[in-house]
Amino acid sequence: MSLTPPTTIDPTRPGAQSTQSLDSPALAAAALSGEQAVTGATDLGTRALAGAAAPGAQAAPGAPGPGSQDRGTRPSLARRIWQNKALFTGGGILLLILLIALLAPWISPHDPYVQNLANRTIPPVWSERGSWVHPLGTDQLGRDYLSRIFYGARISLLIGASVALISGIIGTVMGMAAGYFGGRVDMVVSFLVTTRLSMPVILVALATVAIVGGSLWVVILVLGLLKWDRFAVVMRSATQQVRSLEYVAAAQAAGASTWRIVRGEVLPNVVPHLIVIATLEAASAILLEASLSFLGLGVQPPLPSWGLMISEAKAYMFFSFWLISIPGTALALLIFAINLAGDGLHQFLTPQERT
Amino acid sequence: MLAFMTKRLGLAILVALTVSILAFLLLHLSGDPALALAGEGARQADIEMIRKAYGLDRPIVVQYADWLWRIMQGDFGMSVYFKTPAGPLILAKLGTTLMLGVAALGVALAVSIPLGVLAALYKGSIIDRFCLAIAVLGQALPNFFFALLLIMFFSISLRILPVSGSGTWQHFVMPAIALGYYIAPAFMRLIRAGMIEVLSADYIRTARAKGLPARTVIFKHALRNAIVPVVALAAVQLGYLLGGSVVIETIFALDGLGYLAYQSITFKDYPVMQLIVLLLSVLYVLLTLASDIANAWLDPRIRVS
Repeated sequence: MSLTPPTTIDPTRPGAQSTQSLDSPALAAAALSGEQAVTGATDLGTRALAGAAAPGAQAAPGAPGPGSQDRGTRPSLARRIWQNKALFTGGGILLLILLIALLAPWISPHDPYVQNLANRTIPPVWSERGSWVHPLGTDQLGRDYLSRIFYGARISLLIGASVALISGIIGTVMGMAAGYFGGRVDMVVSFLVTTRLSMPVILVALATVAIVGGSLWVVILVLGLLKWDRFAVVMRSATQQVRSLEYVAAAQAAGASTWRIVRGEVLPNVVPHLIVIATLEAASAILLEASLSFLGLGVQPPLPSWGLMISEAKAYMFFSFWLISIPGTALALLIFAINLAGDGLHQFLTPQERT
Repeated sequence: MLAFMTKRLGLAILVALTVSILAFLLLHLSGDPALALAGEGARQADIEMIRKAYGLDRPIVVQYADWLWRIMQGDFGMSVYFKTPAGPLILAKLGTTLMLGVAALGVALAVSIPLGVLAALYKGSIIDRFCLAIAVLGQALPNFFFALLLIMFFSISLRILPVSGSGTWQHFVMPAIALGYYIAPAFMRLIRAGMIEVLSADYIRTARAKGLPARTVIFKHALRNAIVPVVALAAVQLGYLLGGSVVIETIFALDGLGYLAYQSITFKDYPVMQLIVLLLSVLYVLLTLASDIANAWLDPRIRVS
């Protein structure tokens, strides 16, 4: 079974191969390429994409939507989460970081913005000169590092969530329209995706921030407007798949409006894919923001963005290595947790696609 | 084949034209490009002068047509910061970035092929899980942070590699690793999946039944087929690496296109910035075009649809 209806002209893929898991070389490459690799989760994204794009080989009813037949015999929800190690570990770390971000004003030992030039670059507590007054030491301006890390979690999570939301809305609308209507709409959307993919995200984002001026909201908006491509690609193939199912035809025959079918029949069935892609895009956006801030063209000082903290401490790293290793580890831990949770969610939400 | 190529080429041209419009419009994002070029605190007279000198007082469509027409004729304009023609400036740096891209690709393949094959051969074992863990952990590490760790290790602790600059091949080692490690997991998974699929094919069973040594079967028969999608992907990944080089080249002060892009952005050298965005996008378009045509040539099924 080919995913692409024969009447559809699809510029993003030269053809539909029914046997390969990565549907078409161009599409697979497109999904893998570009900023995703800069920003992370490439392989996980591919897997998610392959999951959404590939089941051409499967029988159609295996399509998205958590299985509904044997609900009675399945273990309980809590048990399933516990058994899904990736989701449990990733989600656990993520929840902890989220709590830290939410409670930052109450659990931070100091004000993250107050400078104290007499107490510059105090090392963390585990080194000889460290003390519990500043558990993670202080930075080159004498600000408490632990408090800045706590507050930095807020920025990263805000960026990840907002960018995933903005780009998710744009990409979902485009992808679902392309997948549902096919034909011209599909051609236009596929063309837009191809064009968007050919522009290097980091360069366009850097240039835009430089011209418009850097701030947290500019970064969120720029990344949100740039990162819808994977949403569009995945939503498109997921919608195509659902659209070919019998209950959609039944709804059409029953005279349901397009809007009603999209909202009532298609959307609920593509949501699992949407959630998985959203987690991956959030991780990717967080890494991009860190890169932009690291280059000085993202979030501006004195905000404690982890990328910016690494950038500011770069000159001191030879003597005060913790100044870059602590925010770097925090960043890596957060991305690791999100990717792991996304991978777990993928298994959890679309179990029939596991190989 | 010809029909497929014509269609694909037409699409590539259309995408390239759209990208050129977007690259051109980048400068107009600020509202007033003359003001952006003059910088903050410029006098009104200076702004007007710049507006005249760059032809920014003309309708925007005319400006775009003029810009594109000149580029097609090989006139790339002047760099505002370096005060030299932008075309030769960019071309001089392109070689460095291409070299870095190829080296990074080499690093990625050198890591991913052995690990991918191993993971496929011992599917589900501890080796497979170990390879997966490397992939997941590697992807969590931001590339700029990884680059700094490399500097700390190779330049500060071991003192065997230069921190920055671009004189010798040693200058390329750390940037290539920092850029290449990131795409390795994607290749690894692709090779693993391809190998698992190929290893269960009939001709592999035949080859084994003939009594061929395991090494011949794995490398000559299986890997050769499993690697086809990787070759297709490599062309496109090279395009990504060109863009990703902005961060890495800036960290290592490697004198390539990415570093020039960063400089042009921070020095408000907008003509150069526009050109680099255009050049990298067109390169990507060409690479995907080449990859699609190569794939259609390798796999007739693609041509027919």
